[in-house]
Amino acid sequence: MALKIVKGSIDRMFDKNLQDLVRGIRNHKEDEAKYISTCIDEIKQELKQDNIAVKANAVCKLTYLQMLGYDVSWAAFNIVEVMSSSKFTYKRIGYLAASQCFHESTDVIMLTTNQIRKDLSSPNQYDTGVALTGLSCFVTPDLARDLANDIMTLMSHTKPYIRKKAVLIMYKVFLKYPESLRPAFPRLKEKLEDPDPGVQSAAVNVICELARRNPKNYLSLAPLFFKLMTSSTNNWVLIKIIKLFGALTPLEPRLGKKLIEPLTNLIHSTSAMSLLYECVNTVIAVLISLSSGMPNHSASIQLCVQKLRILIEDSDQNLKYLGLLAMSKILKTHPKSVQSHKDLILQCLDDKDESIRLRALDLLYGMVSKKNLMEIVKKLMLHVDKAEGTTYRDELLTKIIDICSQSNYQYITNFEWYISILVELTRLEGTRHGHLIASQMLDVAIRVKAIRGFAVAQMATLLDNAHLLTGNMQRMGICEVLYAAAWICGEFSEHLENPMQTLEAMLRPKVATLPGHIQAVYVQNAAKLFATVLKSQEGNTDSTAAQETSQLMIDRLPLFVQSANLEVQERASCILQLVKYIQKLQQKDVEVAEEVSALFAGELNPVAPKAQKKVPVPEGLDLDSWINEPPSESESEDEQPKAIFAKEEPKHSRPRREEVDEKELAKRREARKQEQANNPFYIKASPSSQKVYQEAPGVEHIPVVQIDLSVPLKVPGLPMSDQYVKLEEERRQKERAEKKKKEKKKRKEKRSGRGKKHDSGPESEEDITPAHQVDIVTEEMPENALPSDDDDKDPNDPHKALDIDLDNLVEAAARRPLADSEKLPVRSHRAAEAPKSPTEDGDATSQEPKKKSSKEKREKKKDKDRDRKKSKEEKKKKKHKHEEKGEDLLGGEAEEPVVQSEETNEVAAPPTSTSAEETATVAAAEAAPMPEATSGIAPDSEPDEPKDTEMEETKSSKHKKKKQKKEKEEKEKKKKKKHHHHHHHSDGGGEEAVQNGTVEEEEPLPPMSNYCLLAENSYVKMVYDIQGNLQDGSQVVVSVIFENKCDSFLKSMEFNVLDSLNSKLQRPEGSGPHDGLTVPFQLPPGVSNEARFVFTVQSIIMPQKLKGTLTFIVKNEDSSTHEKLDFKLHFTCTSYLITTPCYSDAFAKLLESGDLKCSSVRLEGVNMPFHHLLARICFHHHFSVVERIDSCASMYSRSIQGHHVCLLVKVSAQTVSIDAKCDEPTLLGNVLDEIKQTFSQC
Amino acid sequence: VQNTVQHVLLQAEDMQQQIIRETFHLVSKRDDNVCNFLEGGSLIGGSDYKLIYRHYATLYFVFCVDSSESELGILDLIQVFVETLDKCFENVCELDLIFHMDKVHYILQEVVMGGMVLETNMNEITTQVDVQNRMEKSEGGLSAAPARAVSAVKNMNLPEIPRNINIGDINIKVPSLSPF
Repeated sequence: MALKIVKGSIDRMFDKNLQDLVRGIRNHKEDEAKYISTCIDEIKQELKQDNIAVKANAVCKLTYLQMLGYDVSWAAFNIVEVMSSSKFTYKRIGYLAASQCFHESTDVIMLTTNQIRKDLSSPNQYDTGVALTGLSCFVTPDLARDLANDIMTLMSHTKPYIRKKAVLIMYKVFLKYPESLRPAFPRLKEKLEDPDPGVQSAAVNVICELARRNPKNYLSLAPLFFKLMTSSTNNWVLIKIIKLFGALTPLEPRLGKKLIEPLTNLIHSTSAMSLLYECVNTVIAVLISLSSGMPNHSASIQLCVQKLRILIEDSDQNLKYLGLLAMSKILKTHPKSVQSHKDLILQCLDDKDESIRLRALDLLYGMVSKKNLMEIVKKLMLHVDKAEGTTYRDELLTKIIDICSQSNYQYITNFEWYISILVELTRLEGTRHGHLIASQMLDVAIRVKAIRGFAVAQMATLLDNAHLLTGNMQRMGICEVLYAAAWICGEFSEHLENPMQTLEAMLRPKVATLPGHIQAVYVQNAAKLFATVLKSQEGNTDSTAAQETSQLMIDRLPLFVQSANLEVQERASCILQLVKYIQKLQQKDVEVAEEVSALFAGELNPVAPKAQKKVPVPEGLDLDSWINEPPSESESEDEQPKAIFAKEEPKHSRPRREEVDEKELAKRREARKQEQANNPFYIKASPSSQKVYQEAPGVEHIPVVQIDLSVPLKVPGLPMSDQYVKLEEERRQKERAEKKKKEKKKRKEKRSGRGKKHDSGPESEEDITPAHQVDIVTEEMPENALPSDDDDKDPNDPHKALDIDLDNLVEAAARRPLADSEKLPVRSHRAAEAPKSPTEDGDATSQEPKKKSSKEKREKKKDKDRDRKKSKEEKKKKKHKHEEKGEDLLGGEAEEPVVQSEETNEVAAPPTSTSAEETATVAAAEAAPMPEATSGIAPDSEPDEPKDTEMEETKSSKHKKKKQKKEKEEKEKKKKKKHHHHHHHSDGGGEEAVQNGTVEEEEPLPPMSNYCLLAENSYVKMVYDIQGNLQDGSQVVVSVIFENKCDSFLKSMEFNVLDSLNSKLQRPEGSGPHDGLTVPFQLPPGVSNEARFVFTVQSIIMPQKLKGTLTFIVKNEDSSTHEKLDFKLHFTCTSYLITTPCYSDAFAKLLESGDLKCSSVRLEGVNMPFHHLLARICFHHHFSVVERIDSCASMYSRSIQGHHVCLLVKVSAQTVSIDAKCDEPTLLGNVLDEIKQTFSQC
Repeated sequence: VQNTVQHVLLQAEDMQQQIIRETFHLVSKRDDNVCNFLEGGSLIGGSDYKLIYRHYATLYFVFCVDSSESELGILDLIQVFVETLDKCFENVCELDLIFHMDKVHYILQEVVMGGMVLETNMNEITTQVDVQNRMEKSEGGLSAAPARAVSAVKNMNLPEIPRNINIGDINIKVPSLSPF
């Protein structure tokens, strides 16, 4: 053995530590991967050793490697081993590694539950801290469920360090285990007023985070936050709260009114820019929420805008950025106040910082007017030229188009100018927005009739130079504009000056390199052009020219007939045959031009975006039912041509596509695929064309015949050419010409205004669609899905998943009747919680769960009673009183008498309620706006109060619900007012006042504490409490509070106990059986602190005393002495009991089972109210009340080793008789003795 | 909620590396005189997220936060973090951070926990870090004395040892000793 140790430490000497590893990696730059793989081999060797130090070192190195991107999941188990070391050093390494490497799918996480629980309840606060930190990174739903109670207990730990971590991690727990939110919320709320600023800030943090996702459930906290906002000086907390208010005000405008003043004050007074900025932001949110103006609104807006201007003018780029960001929020509702700062914003466009330019761009959107549009766009175009990096350029491009096209081209006075801008934009290399430009070209050309001539000329030039654009096969690339160009030239070919030239351009061999859907448009529109050309040529009576044209078609079309793209091929071969036939006729000198152009006759009108919706569903048509079982191929074929629509009316068709929800699409696709696979006649589409199906499914109504022609398959990936030179030259020429034109047009603004009207005219043409009812019908299927369209938006946000989860929780929790939630989550919660009580005021925690439930019940009852059934009230109250008291004691040591007196006494129930109302009215008068604001809010949203009311409802009278609602609302108001009142009180004193205030009904119990004196001398005083550990039936935790009573510094405290056979102090690994434990802190004069020691016990049926010694050094300024203090630790049998809730039916079964032995005891002369008596038993002896009927109660508790202890307590006169049953008679006897003793002392 | 990219954190290894590379790429090419915010790309979680960074000499401290955090607040927090590092390492330099990544993490964990801001008070942070470091020392640290000695030896370049031991010295010493 000794050898082994020596060997271990020798091995260890040659291990690399982290620094060596880092150094090594730095020295092996050239063969890093190789070096690291040898290191990993070494680490694997190290992990195989027994020595924990070696392992820890290895894990430490692994953590580093993980950060470098190496997969270390294979070492997960070793990490767990290191985590479970008793030494803090190693534990910390282990948890760090875990927090880096573990994720939900790490299976060893399951193994860590107990270890983490142990660490959470460790006497060393830093063990707990490290475990909390680690857990926060890798908490899984399972861990969250299993540890929620432990963590909740820690929220009331004596150390603020632990409290704040526990509070913070609760957010993670809520996310993973939503059911925990409800039981934990009251305590979380309590922590908002924690004396420690760190804890307070953590609680604010968590609640803000929760509220951000689901503000309406937290509206009821507004008064509390309001108070915090006006009282807190911590800027972090203030910022959080102010941000939270920003989220709340949209839901409750009255809150906003109340906020403006304090926020304005803050804006004036604060020197912290961050705070100022958030205030401005929230004021903006408030102003947005207050749609109708209060008189002083404009002042607030002016203030905000002014402050923002200061920010924007600041030389600090950060402030500038944020100022612009906030400005854009104002823009939405108060564009005028922003417009006056146009100069500033335009200036920002020239900023060297891209982020700032982007923000300024956002603002521009709202600044344009008819007057300045051209000027602004010109400026933007300059930026486009200068811009480096495609992202910013693309952003500019979309902004230009957005700005110009907004509200139906409202600000465009000259469409020729716009067209030329669009054409100029096509020069952009590598842009992703060719499609966007194309759809704008189509839109304008179709809707603005007056511009068609100009547009066609421009497009013809584009087509002429098309070969310059091809070559770059970027998807959505600029060649997409050729689609628009070809279609416009074909459709409006009558405007072409030289159709023959364009026709040739469209039939160039190069075209074959374009994406299929563009080629298809080319082919189709070449046919249209052909018709036009024929017409003009036949008019000339020059038949050879016409025949030459036909010959051209016949020569060139075969190229397309060979196309791999089905659509292109089909159209081309069709048209080729047609032209051949025409040629035949021509050779016979037949005039064909009329007939040919008849093929393409008819004007195409745009369809209003909402046209489809307005088509009534024919009677008897069920849009949701399948017509044929599987969605057939034909359907998908139908869909393809509709891509046209997508092009022309992007707004329309895009949502359509999404409408068919993903699942269904997948289903259909699947079905289709299968059918296709089984269909020997089906030629499988290339993958790209399959994509087309998915993209185009929405466009089903291709009512307008012409459309079919132009819309081909949509194939991803578009070629683009780099040959911009020529194109650019031409552009410039055009530009010059355009500029002249522009000037002219400016003068003629009115005229083009008319052009605008044209477009709006056709837009509303809804009669078009009805003609194609069949199409409409199929189209409407997806339309039904429209609502789900909105839903789809949420999932788009990857983070919504989380939110939704939480939302569901909160909402569900709030909606659920109390009874439900109380029984399930709360109970189990308690059960789990009770064991964990070792933490700080263990007693308190163990009883709290009980309290909570009883509290809630009471509250409900209270409310009810107050309003309706005062007589019934008393009974119920009695039942719950005793439970409450326990709670009050725990939480309410600081509680104010005022509050308590306000509460109903059993005796004086009616008076109290009136007093409460009185105070309520007073409070209302005092602070009317706030309570009002909150009172209107959905009552369910409040975690505490709503429960009560709901409970009431469900319990008392479901049928009366409606009636109750009104009353409830009133009640709610009253309650809230009362609540408010409490707040005022609590200003002066205990924070728990609020909660207790609503809860408490009975005479207050005297403060109780389970801590009893351990030993005391002139230097130090020790009090202690013992709590069982439910996770481990053989462990108890002794919490000792050390208090320094002298003027000197106490240090090097060592706590040691002489172990007995039965009970042993747990010492860290490696220390001897008689070593003392170092108390992990030092005590300055007058300070007290708590340490915890874990003991293992074997038998728990007998009480036991252990002798021990505390040694410590008393350090004065000049001298130090070594002192010691002997003590005796008394392990009572009670300390092995754990408060465990029990249902009455389970309790009855237990008693019936007959396994339990009986015993009883009588206490004489007990002079205290029954509920006090019960509270004492609960508190001091870790029992819970199962049921109480008048002066008789059954109680239950459980030992750490699973013994059941049942009590039946009866009172008559001053005699208390306790009948008890337990499966371990010795234990029972001892417990009863201890109970007896408790009461003999008082 | 807030994610912290802070040079080297994150989950799935490949994604993590990609994010860090991308982030570094974005951040490092920015001038010092531009603002310290970067709009969220798809990589870091979408438009709700921002990169907020500070640049100190050769180091970038990058935080990735969502809209629930105050931008300026986070800039302050980074400052607090860096000052804390400076205190804990006594004039922190790049190499400190490179060689003591674990310690940096421990400090960071006192500032940010599970993606949420835990503590903003520098004194509180340093106190907690110090106490824990003292605990570690009292336990003998990870590499207790022998290991440290060994690593010191290892740090010397072994082939150079003969050269470093100047035999001449011994010779000199010997004569000086002999008369005595």
